[in-house]
Amino acid sequence: MEFFLEPFEYEFFRRGLLAAIMVGALCGIVGVYVVLRGMSYVGHGLSHAAIGGAIIGFTFNLNFYTGACIMGLLAVLVINQITKNNKIKMDAAIGIVTTAIFALGVAIVSKLRNFKQNFEAALFGNILGLTDQDLMIIACVATITLITLFFSYRTLLFSTFDHEAARIFGIRTEAAEFLFSLLLTLSVIASLNVVGVTMVAATLIAPAMTARMLTDSFSKMLLYSTLIGAITGIIGMYLSYIFNVASGTTIVLFSALVFSLSLLIKPLRNR
Amino acid sequence: MRATLRSDTPSNLAIRLANVTAGYEKNVVFSDLSMEIACGQFVGIVGPTACGKTTLLKTILGVHPVISGTVHLHNHIAGQIKPGTVGYVPQLGSVDWTFPVTVEEVIMMGLYTNGRIWPWISKSERKSIHAIADQLGVYGSLHQHIVDISGGQQQRTFLARALVSRPELLILDEPTSGVDIKTQHEVLHLLGDINREGITILLTTHDLNAVASHLPWVICFNRGLVAHGRPNDIFTNEILTQTYGGDIVIVKHEGHLLIANSTPLNFMDNPH
Repeated sequence: MEFFLEPFEYEFFRRGLLAAIMVGALCGIVGVYVVLRGMSYVGHGLSHAAIGGAIIGFTFNLNFYTGACIMGLLAVLVINQITKNNKIKMDAAIGIVTTAIFALGVAIVSKLRNFKQNFEAALFGNILGLTDQDLMIIACVATITLITLFFSYRTLLFSTFDHEAARIFGIRTEAAEFLFSLLLTLSVIASLNVVGVTMVAATLIAPAMTARMLTDSFSKMLLYSTLIGAITGIIGMYLSYIFNVASGTTIVLFSALVFSLSLLIKPLRNR
Repeated sequence: MRATLRSDTPSNLAIRLANVTAGYEKNVVFSDLSMEIACGQFVGIVGPTACGKTTLLKTILGVHPVISGTVHLHNHIAGQIKPGTVGYVPQLGSVDWTFPVTVEEVIMMGLYTNGRIWPWISKSERKSIHAIADQLGVYGSLHQHIVDISGGQQQRTFLARALVSRPELLILDEPTSGVDIKTQHEVLHLLGDINREGITILLTTHDLNAVASHLPWVICFNRGLVAHGRPNDIFTNEILTQTYGGDIVIVKHEGHLLIANSTPLNFMDNPH
């Protein structure tokens, strides 16, 4: 028992654990829609656009979240516009738009060396340096996302399952798409300081994929993925403390382990 | 070309297309198409692959924009009709069978535009779902994943989704494709029963023999209206050749029409 309670003596661990639980649950529930809409690459791209935006924002004296939000949302709008009006698939548009924003950020970093440390923290996560503002933003984004997903459950389920039929039945699919893109952007940005740009995509996808292996029901998949995300956040934080390794990596590695186990469980479940 | 399937007052029309031209960018699929389908009709559209059947259905449903002309469903502009008035069954081939949904969750989607915002099923919704599932014979499969049921049950599940809101018009995209001959027969009989309850039905199909034996009215379509009428009247060598572009053999046997291509491959003649 003492082994489990010992890390709680440290302020950084308590903050980190709280952030990891919230980010795990948030990415878990959002990740279900990401996986089922075939948007796994979007999370990866958006995190790069957000970090590029954060760096561009620094040059205009904007804080991390403002720059990341502006460029993240701009990336979503530009990607939607490109795919809507041209014969370009979404993955290609993501590759061009988000990488261009990220490259602009890298160019600024290499020109102005003074915020290199912040840049590295955003790349790999900086759970030790979480501020009250970071925790507040994660809590706000998680709350807004959960409430919105709760009340748009029907609309998002139908438009995710069959976009065209949903439109025919009278669902406002374009509004649903925009709403989800907004929630995804906010979730990715809120998660950046905890898991880092390089790990966000896996944090979004792994719990949802694991949940998919455990159930054939959409509502259960949402519940399982949220719980798996939160639990892997907790265990990932403990592993980070025990092995003195960056928390983003332990969370992702443990998520991958749980997913591997679920692959073994699925055939047993189907017997 | 005008095809008034039944002379009726405008208020009795389920579908009305007036001088509609539709297509994709520079490729016009059909032009200046006018047709009217009265309430209570059961109509099938037949034609070769890529003849514009699906484009026509999507234009009627309001999800494919028209280049010119107007489309009205029950006197409302297509796409602006009250949710729940039109039921739609997509091609089974277009369904994502890996998606984690049970039969009950799929049927439930048909009620998603009733204005309720709570995610869970209300008592009255559950009653409606159970009633339609029972009527269509999928009640026992409500908690099964959609891939774990038979082809016939899959078709009935999507039919139940379309019917659970009690629509006035039912549109089906190739409901007989991808299922065996017995299931085809069952589905078309079921649609006949539904039509007798007063629901207008419009479907597309490739299966001329099934249409000939089950549907009261047929439209032959190939990038425009070729002919329309009762199968016994319009399934002639001339019209079908005009529709499909090849020689078609029509055999009448004990009141049934049997339709086939006139140049079948005979593998027995092949020396290899």
